[in-house]
Formats: sequence, C-alpha cells, structure tokens
Amino acid sequence: MTSMNLVAVFVENKPGQTARVTKILADARVNICWVTIAHSGSFGVMKFLVDNPDQAVRSLQEKGLMVSRLEVLTLQAPNQPGSLQAVADCLAQGGVNLANCSGFVANNRAILIIETHDLAKARAVLEQQGLHLLTQEEMTSL
Amino acid sequence: MFWDRESEILARPLLERLQLGHLQETVRRVARRVPFYRQKFAEAGVKPEDIKSLDDVRRLPFTTGADLRAIYPNGLVAVEAHEAVRLHTSSGTTGKPKAVFFSRRDIRNSAELMARSLVMTGVTNKDVFQNMMSYGLFTGGLIMHYGAERVGCLVIPVGPGTSERQLMLMQDFGTTAVHILPSYALYFAGFLAQRGVNPRTDLTLRRAFVGAEPHTEETRRRIEQALGVDVYNSYGLTEMNGPGVAFECEHKAGLHLWEDHFLLEIIDPAAGEPLPEGQPGELVLTTLRREAMPLIRYRTRDITSIIPEPCLCGRTHHRLNRISGRTDDMLIVRGVNIFPQQVERILMSMPQVGPNYVIILDGLDDMAVKVELAAAGFDGDVEHLDTLRRQLVEKLKTELFVRPNVELVPAGSLPVAEGKAKRVIDRRSL
Repeated sequence: MTSMNLVAVFVENKPGQTARVTKILADARVNICWVTIAHSGSFGVMKFLVDNPDQAVRSLQEKGLMVSRLEVLTLQAPNQPGSLQAVADCLAQGGVNLANCSGFVANNRAILIIETHDLAKARAVLEQQGLHLLTQEEMTSL
Repeated sequence: MFWDRESEILARPLLERLQLGHLQETVRRVARRVPFYRQKFAEAGVKPEDIKSLDDVRRLPFTTGADLRAIYPNGLVAVEAHEAVRLHTSSGTTGKPKAVFFSRRDIRNSAELMARSLVMTGVTNKDVFQNMMSYGLFTGGLIMHYGAERVGCLVIPVGPGTSERQLMLMQDFGTTAVHILPSYALYFAGFLAQRGVNPRTDLTLRRAFVGAEPHTEETRRRIEQALGVDVYNSYGLTEMNGPGVAFECEHKAGLHLWEDHFLLEIIDPAAGEPLPEGQPGELVLTTLRREAMPLIRYRTRDITSIIPEPCLCGRTHHRLNRISGRTDDMLIVRGVNIFPQQVERILMSMPQVGPNYVIILDGLDDMAVKVELAAAGFDGDVEHLDTLRRQLVEKLKTELFVRPNVELVPAGSLPVAEGKAKRVIDRRSL
C-alpha cells in the first residue's frame, strides 16, 4: 500500500495534554517521525506519523484516549525549485482538492504529506505521473 | 403478563369508587392523628365529611417538600412510633432530608406494586435480577429489591459497585435484568465496549429498569442499542415509597400509575388549579393506602401529562407521559425557561455525541454545554468536529431559543457521578 496511517488523538485544549500523550507513546517505545497539533476552541487534535501505528493506537486507547487512524499520501520529490509546483499542477489537473498538507526537506529529499477527502483519486493521479509515494516503512526510515 | 390481574384491569367506575373510599378513610385518619393536617384542614375550612366525590380532593390543601422538611423528622407520622418498621429519606442535598416512614403493611404494599410493575414488563420468577441501585436510605435499592424478591427472581443485591464487579456478577450468575441509573447504564455500556465484551453475545441481559434520574426517549434508545436490552422507564419518589409508583408495561408507551394506591392530579404549578386531561402540568399525588405516613395532595414538582387513551395491555390505570422536567430543575437563562431534558434530547439524537454532558451557567447569563464525543464521532478531522459543534449550537438554539456555547471534549473527561448524575452547574453571578 502506498498510503500511510497517521494516528490522530482527540484531546482537551489545556496544558499538559501533549506531554500526557507523548509519554504514553514513549513508554510504549513508539518512535514519532512527524507530528502536527491543531486546535479549535475547547479541543485539539494531534496527528502523529509513527513507526508502529498499531502499538500506538493500542497504548493510547488503553489509557482511555480517543484515537482514530487517518489515511494520508506521502510523496517524495527532488529538493529543487519547482518540485512542489510540479506536484500541485498534477493534482490541479486531476481535479484533486487538498485538505491539510505539510512539507519539509529531510536528507536532501522533499517530502509532502497530503490529506484529502478523495484519496483514491489523488493516488491515481500522482502514480499516473510517475511520482513516488512512500510506504510507511520508507517514511519512518528516512 | 399480570401480577394482580383483578386490581390491574379493574373497570374505571369501580376503580374510582375504590379510590373515593380510600381517600375518605385517609382524610379521616390524618385529621384524627396528624396535628399538621388537622391544622391545615382547619385553615382551609375543610372537614373530612366534605369529601363526597373524588373532585372534592381539590378542597384539600397541598403538601409540599418544604412542609416535609419543616416537620422533619417525624411530624407526619400517623401511627404509633412502634408501628413504623422502616425509614427512608431523600438525598437531602439542600439542608435536612425528607424522612418517610413505613409500616409493615406499607412495605408489603410497595413490594406488591413493584411486583406488578416488573411482571407487566415480562419479568418472571426465572429472572436473575441484579440491583445496581444504592441500598440504604435511598428507596431505589430496597424497595425494588423487595418487589423483585416477591416476584421470585434471584436477586443480586450488589448496589453500586465498580463496573468490573458488576460485570463479573453478570457473567457468573447469568443476570437477565438490571435496575440501574440511566447515566450509569450508558457509562457501563462504554466500559463493556472498552473491555471487548459484546452484551448481546457475551451476556444474558434482557431487560433494564431505569429510573431515579429524569431521562429522555433518546437516552432509552441509546441504552437499548448499547446493551442489547429492552429498557423500561420506572417512576417513583421517596415521598411516595420510591420506585413502583408508575411503570411502563410491555408496550413502553407511557407509565401506568397505580391508581388504586395513589390519587393522581395534574395541576398548573403556578395557579395550583387542575388542568384538563392530557395537558402537561405538575403531578400531584395523594396516598390512598399508606398507613404510617399518608400524604395529601403532595406536590411532586414533576412535569407530565395524562395519556387519556386506554392502553393496549388492557390495564385501566392511567398512563403518564415520560417526565419532561422537574419544576425544581427548570433553568431560566436570559429570561427563557429551559429544562435540562431539552438539551439532552438534542444531544442524544446525534450519534457522534457520547452519553455524558454537563450544562454550565456562568458569567452574567451565559450558557455552555460541554459534551463528550462518542468514539464514532472522531475520525481525526478537525473540520468534521467544527461542523458537528456548529450543528449542535444551531439545533440547541432552535429548541431552546437561547444560543449556547458548545464544547466538545474527549470521552471520559467529564466527571462520572457516583449516584445521580449532576447535569447542571450554575456559577452565575446574577
């Protein structure tokens, strides 16, 4: 599978919540490769890309946290000007609307994490253009 | 199924004749034996011999919760001290509790009404009955216990305990019926899910009797869904023996009030005047057979209405609609009357929302509803949560005419009450 599972956690928006969640992951020996935290009023949602999503979900649920898995696409492109634009063009031509996205460069590779409500279509469009989608293993061993 | 068929299907004219006899007898007894009522009757200018028809009950003065507190501990007892065999009290969260005394016959009668109530839902002597309500001064434990025992059930008097212990007993003894607070039933269902226990296949539960907390039809459906049981609404109050005053039959279409033991009136709570049949108002009850502590026209403060149509089950005792609120529970927010049940009905109609919620009144006159998200309500998408929150605000505003602030919080983050759930926190500095 060329999609990846993020682990999303629903928490109250108050001090100490990130520490609480990451302690559970640390105790379960789960390695976090990437994280975003978004808040909206009284609550927050943390999203983690981890090396062992099954273990992460299990450990968090055992501690009574509300957890959900989220399927995303992770794309690798050369670290050079115009890379993101090329990807965006493909998606635009395919009529794919993006939801949350984040990108960064690691080991001289540009990585883009894409959330979209039409994952299958996005995957088809990108693969058709020969773009490389990373597997969970590839991503977590960058 | 009937426990006491003859009494339960007694033709209305005969039932009313019976009520009148018991009412006259009750009024004579309290006028003779209870100074409080002797004085109240004198003030109202009414004598026992004035009660010639059931309508004459309106000439009698009301008894209120405040009267019971004022005359605490035993000012309304109509028997010799040694004839009372049991004492129960209300929770008494505000000052002195209300104390209620039972004679030997009162205990037997309350068990009898409880037995009628259980049997009309289909309970038999083969049932294993786990009573998860608090024993002790609270009537919900012992009164139900005696009723289930009278039917011949195997009664497990566990009372409120940890969910682990409740589950162990259910598994070890094959519990088929439970008596439980509705808020705890929903919590317990969540506990089972967390443990990976499927109540439909792993347990033998068939019926749940819920009461002691006002709750909505939506909550009933949720409990039925989550536990795989039939849920029956139980109505009672400490002042009227506790549970077994009114109960649903197999049709779950209103609660039959046992009219051969309680005389029922629905009044306009402000004016104190009777309302036409079918109109919602405050339930007022007069005990017809109580020996130790008869009560005349007791203001229950519960809002309900009579269902005038006869029930398919054949019982002649009138049905009441589900209690829609207590006059005590009514909140006034920005000049608008709001019952917590209205909020509950909206919340429970949304599958993304969990069972636990709290209404917080704060500041000058701000209303906030904090509600736990259900596991099904979280897919990791902040946008979906924002949409849900906005939907809740709109639906509540349409129902209440007040726009509350809605906060979604994770399951398990609101406190779980040991006894009755506390749904309203009022911190207003008005």
